[in-house]
Amino acid sequence: MSEIETVTFAAAINRALGDSMAADDDVLVFGEDVGTLGGVFRVTDGLAQRFGEDRCFDTPLAESGIVGFAIGLCLTGFRPVVEMQFDAFAYPAFEQIASHVAKMRNRTSGAVHLPMVIRVPYAGGIGGVEHHCDSSEGYYAHTAGLKVVTPATPADAYSLLREAIEDPDPVVFMEPKVSYWTKGELTPAPGFGQAVVRRPGTEVTLVAYGPSVPVALKAAEAAAEDGYDVEVIDLRTLVPLDDATVMESVARTGRCVVVSEASGFAGVAGELAARISEQSFHSLAAPVLRVSGLPIPYPAPMLEHTYLPGVDRILDAIDRLQWQDTPGDFSVAAR
Amino acid sequence: MGLSSDDGVMQSTARQVGVEHLLPSPEPVRLLDEHGTQVLPSSARRDYVMPTPERLRAVWRAMVIGRRLDAQSTALTKQGRLAVYPSARGQEACQVAPVLSLGPGDWLFPTYRESMALFTRGIDEVEVLSLLRGDRHCGYDPMRHRTAAQCTPLATQLPHAAGAAYGMKRRGEDGVALAFVGDGGTSEGDFHEGLNFAAVFGAPVVFFVQNNNYAISVPLSKQTKAPSLAYKGIGYGISSEQVDGNDAAAVLSVMDVALAHCRSGNGPFLIEAHTYRMEAHTNADDATRYRTGEEVSTWISRDPVTRLEAWLRERGVIDDETVAAVQAEAEEQAASLRDRMHDDATLRPMSLFDNVFATPTPQVRAAEAMVRAESEAGEQA
Ligand SMILES: Cc1ncc(C[n+]2csc(CCOP(=O)(O)OP(=O)(O)O)c2C)c(N)n1
Ligand SMILES: [Mg+2]
Repeated sequence: MSEIETVTFAAAINRALGDSMAADDDVLVFGEDVGTLGGVFRVTDGLAQRFGEDRCFDTPLAESGIVGFAIGLCLTGFRPVVEMQFDAFAYPAFEQIASHVAKMRNRTSGAVHLPMVIRVPYAGGIGGVEHHCDSSEGYYAHTAGLKVVTPATPADAYSLLREAIEDPDPVVFMEPKVSYWTKGELTPAPGFGQAVVRRPGTEVTLVAYGPSVPVALKAAEAAAEDGYDVEVIDLRTLVPLDDATVMESVARTGRCVVVSEASGFAGVAGELAARISEQSFHSLAAPVLRVSGLPIPYPAPMLEHTYLPGVDRILDAIDRLQWQDTPGDFSVAAR
Repeated sequence: MGLSSDDGVMQSTARQVGVEHLLPSPEPVRLLDEHGTQVLPSSARRDYVMPTPERLRAVWRAMVIGRRLDAQSTALTKQGRLAVYPSARGQEACQVAPVLSLGPGDWLFPTYRESMALFTRGIDEVEVLSLLRGDRHCGYDPMRHRTAAQCTPLATQLPHAAGAAYGMKRRGEDGVALAFVGDGGTSEGDFHEGLNFAAVFGAPVVFFVQNNNYAISVPLSKQTKAPSLAYKGIGYGISSEQVDGNDAAAVLSVMDVALAHCRSGNGPFLIEAHTYRMEAHTNADDATRYRTGEEVSTWISRDPVTRLEAWLRERGVIDDETVAAVQAEAEEQAASLRDRMHDDATLRPMSLFDNVFATPTPQVRAAEAMVRAESEAGEQA
């Protein structure tokens, strides 16, 4: 029996990369500064030394080139795992991602598939200066043909990345930067398309993913002091999306707040809110609310806390869930 | 023990001294003049030998057939059988000679302009034209033909070619990737990124620029100030050449040199082929809005097919009888293409959901169920 280890989120990703490379010689890791340096977040630390510089290597500084090159390597049987250095610096690769990566299987009637992973350190809360804090998951989730994965715990970071690398289709693997240094146990975790209940509750469902999961958990704790019993769901993968776990929870609680750090307009949180109203309308005692990033460009670091959906904003939203005019079925006797 | 300063200098310049070995010839390489008379490529920087008559005969035959199928394809747009067709008439030497110089292990990365190149590659014509008929995005199997799906987002195929070539090199295969791009495409960022990646990774790619002088309506003069598009290779450390793209013998000869360069582990090679698009950008374009009839007519005398035909006749490689036989063959293929394209494409709307992912997500399945229910309801009504 091997002991369950406690590691940081970044170390869990590093471990997943190393284990995948050890398991399959065709797995290649490349990008900017990922070789000798081990990546600006040290996520690829030691891989070039361990597997050689032809398995983990630095490329020219050109994101479209990196993703396009990975496509070509897929044609010759490799499984590239590429790193985009930061969320906003993946934008030069967007044409390759949207026009080729997402569409290749479809446009070739299944003849060509692209088993690649595009790792994107994303979102804010780290005091980063301009262009280092974007929540770009919406662009990818909106693009049919991409899987979009965003772990919130070290255990998920490990197991979801292993699964992403083995997946026959392209996966955009979004790593919340704010979580890189948090620690957790490397316990086994469920696969793609399975949301998990991080905290059970009976009166409100908070739906969160990536960097918003720890915030939602804190808010749930604070809400408990106010007498609300809050459930927190971690989506884990945005594509595929686990509607069932969300709907099952909402059916029990009757109230829901979606928490997402990305700007709320036309985003993943809005998609969730719409799906819940479409699929669980009769379970709802109140409209689904969103607590999300503001519809403004990500602010300078000293002002980011005004932007970020924090505990207080979530508590306010919970308060606004129409507790007074609750229809019979959803009345909470104690209140 | 540090490096001596001499060693330091050696290291910093070790990549290659000078640019001589990268430079294209000052004039486009030419082996046949406009009348089909053999000329010495006297100003050429490399040795270009005249390909054998047998190979040139094969190129000529494929050009005759390619031109006929190209004309047939344009005709099919008028009959509503193709949604759109970008003709390559006038560019036959560029479409045919590079493809015929490839081996079975090589990869080809075509654009939307390359229908003729794909016919030459031996891919079924109807499969090639599926994209333009509109029943599928790519009608052929790219893995089977080692030919990527035709690429429309300009120059984005070039990093793919670099990656595939590097992949072949890693696997110890001696395959080369031939990547086509247009003159307009050389302005795109992915032209730069594709060339740079190929150079840095020593990937065996032949970048073949068909400079047909126009990107839809925009002339080359508005695209670049480079003295020749071939000079673009120098900045990347890529050996480059320019060739008369309407001289099939020269194109074949330059391709031979480029492929040998790549196969000997020297990294990529860039070719600019000077040619001209005789038709409008596509059947839907009106070229009279941006170029004169006089300009077009100056290119008639440079026709690639008649030029090579003249040389082959002069050498006694072909005669009236051979020409008639190949023309008959071309007619036959065109008739067969026309007939086959008159059969309506088989459309299966439910197949839309087959290849989004290997395993469809619940969301794709839900959409599939909705469309299936719609079609079942439609059948009952
Ligand atoms: C990224 C991108 N921008 C614009 C277009 C629209 N477009 C299609 S063909 C074309 C002209 C391309 O010219 P060139 O590269 O010279 O190739 P040619 O058509 O002459 O073969 C343009 C602008 C496109 N396909 N892709
Ligand atoms: Mg052009």
